[in-house]
Amino acid sequence: MKKRMFLGLAGAAAMVLSSIGGSAQAFEPTKPIDFVIMAGAGGGADQIARFIQSVAEKKDLTSRPLVPNNKGGGSGAEALIALKGASDPDHTILVTLNSFFATPLRQKALDIDIQTFTPVAMMGVDPFVLWVHKDSGITTFEQWLETVKAANGEYVMGGTGKGQEDSTVIAWMEGAYDLKIKYIPYDGGGAVAKDLAGQQIMASVNNPAEAKGFFESGDVVPLIAFSDERMEAYPDVRTVKELGNDFSYYNQRAVVGAPGMSDEAAAYYQELFKTIYDTAEWQEYMASESLSPLWLNAEEQTAYWATQVQNHKDLFAAMGE
Amino acid sequence: MEILGLLGDGMWLSLQPLNLMLILIGVTLGLFIGAMPGLGSVNGVAILLPVTFLVPPGSAIIFLAAIYYGAMYGGAISSITLGIPGASTAVATTFDGRPLALNGRASLALVTAAIASFIGGTVANILFTLFAPVLASVALNFGPPEIFALMLLAFATFVGLGGDDIPKTIFSICIGLVFAAVGFDQISGAPRLVFFDISGFLHGINFLVLAIGVYGIGEMLWTLDSTRGKITSSEAKMSFKGIVADSKEGMKRGWKGTTVGSFLGFFVGILPAAGATPGSLMSYGVTKMIAKNPQEFGKGHPGGVAAPEAANNSASTGSMLPMLTLGIPGSPTTAILLGGMVIWGLTPGPRMFVDQSEFVWGLIGSFYVSNFFALAINLAFIPLFIWMLRMPFTVLAPLIFVLSVVGGFAATRDMHDVWLMLGFGLGAFFLRKFDYPLAPAVLAIVLGPIAEPTLRQSLLLSSGDPAIFFNRPIAGPITIAAIILILLPLFKVIRDKMRTRNAA
Repeated sequence: MKKRMFLGLAGAAAMVLSSIGGSAQAFEPTKPIDFVIMAGAGGGADQIARFIQSVAEKKDLTSRPLVPNNKGGGSGAEALIALKGASDPDHTILVTLNSFFATPLRQKALDIDIQTFTPVAMMGVDPFVLWVHKDSGITTFEQWLETVKAANGEYVMGGTGKGQEDSTVIAWMEGAYDLKIKYIPYDGGGAVAKDLAGQQIMASVNNPAEAKGFFESGDVVPLIAFSDERMEAYPDVRTVKELGNDFSYYNQRAVVGAPGMSDEAAAYYQELFKTIYDTAEWQEYMASESLSPLWLNAEEQTAYWATQVQNHKDLFAAMGE
Repeated sequence: MEILGLLGDGMWLSLQPLNLMLILIGVTLGLFIGAMPGLGSVNGVAILLPVTFLVPPGSAIIFLAAIYYGAMYGGAISSITLGIPGASTAVATTFDGRPLALNGRASLALVTAAIASFIGGTVANILFTLFAPVLASVALNFGPPEIFALMLLAFATFVGLGGDDIPKTIFSICIGLVFAAVGFDQISGAPRLVFFDISGFLHGINFLVLAIGVYGIGEMLWTLDSTRGKITSSEAKMSFKGIVADSKEGMKRGWKGTTVGSFLGFFVGILPAAGATPGSLMSYGVTKMIAKNPQEFGKGHPGGVAAPEAANNSASTGSMLPMLTLGIPGSPTTAILLGGMVIWGLTPGPRMFVDQSEFVWGLIGSFYVSNFFALAINLAFIPLFIWMLRMPFTVLAPLIFVLSVVGGFAATRDMHDVWLMLGFGLGAFFLRKFDYPLAPAVLAIVLGPIAEPTLRQSLLLSSGDPAIFFNRPIAGPITIAAIILILLPLFKVIRDKMRTRNAA
């Protein structure tokens, strides 16, 4: 175990060295890389994964292709199980969202310890925003709170599966502002945004990328952001922090390797995704889709996971689960 | 008339040498990808997406749309000639296409499929051109209760048909629904029906695995059993005269199916969450229902080929609509196209028709052009497919077996699915021996995953009150129609009983 850790450090050091000196890599993929996506086709995570794949393809960064493989079932449980049981950990990586932390906590029976996964890259974090339809006439968060309270449990919000990111934010609001909301789960953020535009639901907590089209057409109105600071794209939208609540919630857009990945392979993927992160394409994508840039190296990621697991534990405890 | 001008520009754009070449390559590739069991438009578009970085975005989407189109034509080919659905969208085509081929009418089935596809595609293109923005708002009016009502209607078309044994049909639907429930529950996120804790069941039962098992393996066993391996396939011949005669006959007997498929397919296609597979199955059901002799369906009726084929092409155009106007994919394939558009730096959504009108109209123009070339190329290749049928069954059977195994594996790249497929094949063979209809099971496994979450979402919305399916302006009439259809056979039974009693 000690030796492994030492090798891990050495691998990380080698990565730093190689990115400076450009020395030869020990590991090269020998077959197509299984690029598992923790969400169904067409959602936010899927779009990001395909974008990353396209950058790798366009710049010819890998000797073997990244083959996208959607496993969105069970709030990401399907993907976690697939990674845990990967027959070839050196050729299996996963694009994650926060289900990476939340799902193992909520479904103990899965027996997944995320600390056994191999950190590869944090590509950025996606903030959440509260949206309503313009025909509701609601323009401020305070008005919204009043409306929800007046509806007395009949206020309908949509989001993704139970325990997923947006349901967590909504559950937090219920606790913090003493609200009762009727929650309708959908299979993806895109479907939620569409049903908000069609007024099948009254409000949603979507990532900016998912609601962008309907925001630009004027169908939906942002009320409040769950980011640490105001977002560039929505300078007039306040954050819950400004209202005195110490809360922010982001969806991680990160890549992890299967448990048991060799250190050489880990170093290879870490460098690959660092290269992708630094491309003009990815930087522009983050800007246009309102992602917050956040680069973490391997050790920082492991620490970040621990913090996030604790945060989610606290959140779930506060929600009484 | 502004639309005609824009469309003209769009067509002109798609006739530019580069784009025209891409359309030709795309349609041909799509035709063969669609014809390969297990590979459908989703795989074709996903595999070739990276290639499109070499050309401008306008041309790239034209190329991918051409593949999509070609695959819709191609899916029919193996459905008809081998009895293995070439793609999930062409499963319904096997119902009547395969019997036609066994009766020596493969060319009639193939020609009917090609022409119905062309008509379906053209009708959809015209609807798309004229009504795109209006239809987008229709799609927005379809919330969970409306979608569920529509699914109910689809089941009703299969139950409410005269001729078939109704308890057996219901049994078949229930089996399909149980298989559809395997895997993770969308609402609670918990795993369900993971038999023997085999992890392969976690991703659910892939619809294509069931369809290939039932129609590829099951059909092969059935043919072997019923003929004791003695058949050499029919004297399938092909000539230009034959094509003309076949197209006349195909359209004469298949016009109803073509019409139903063209409109219903388009409509189902524009609803996000549905797509071409449910569209083609529903069109088949409706066509059979309104036919004069529904008992001829399933035994080789050109209408049973025309309806799903018109519908899947029509739906593929239809599913572009929510993608372009709402930024929501209407089918798995458009989900990949949508990803492509983001990669090319375009933002699909309500502003698309205004901000990127040249791109949109170039794409729409290319639909018309692709559709024309897909028909021409498909017809040109028909003699080749007919030739395959002339192989003795001793050659054909192993070929079907190999293609089925490859197809079962290709869908998820998991050996688990291959074993599952073989199991389904065996099961289907015995069910067929006992005269159980299998199409309803296939329908159920396609529609189940759409019907179940929308049912639960609707009941969550109404706090458990089923009135939500009746008191909404769109859901209400659809639900009532579905219930009447389901009860129709019951009325018939009662009426017949009354008559016999009166007579006695």
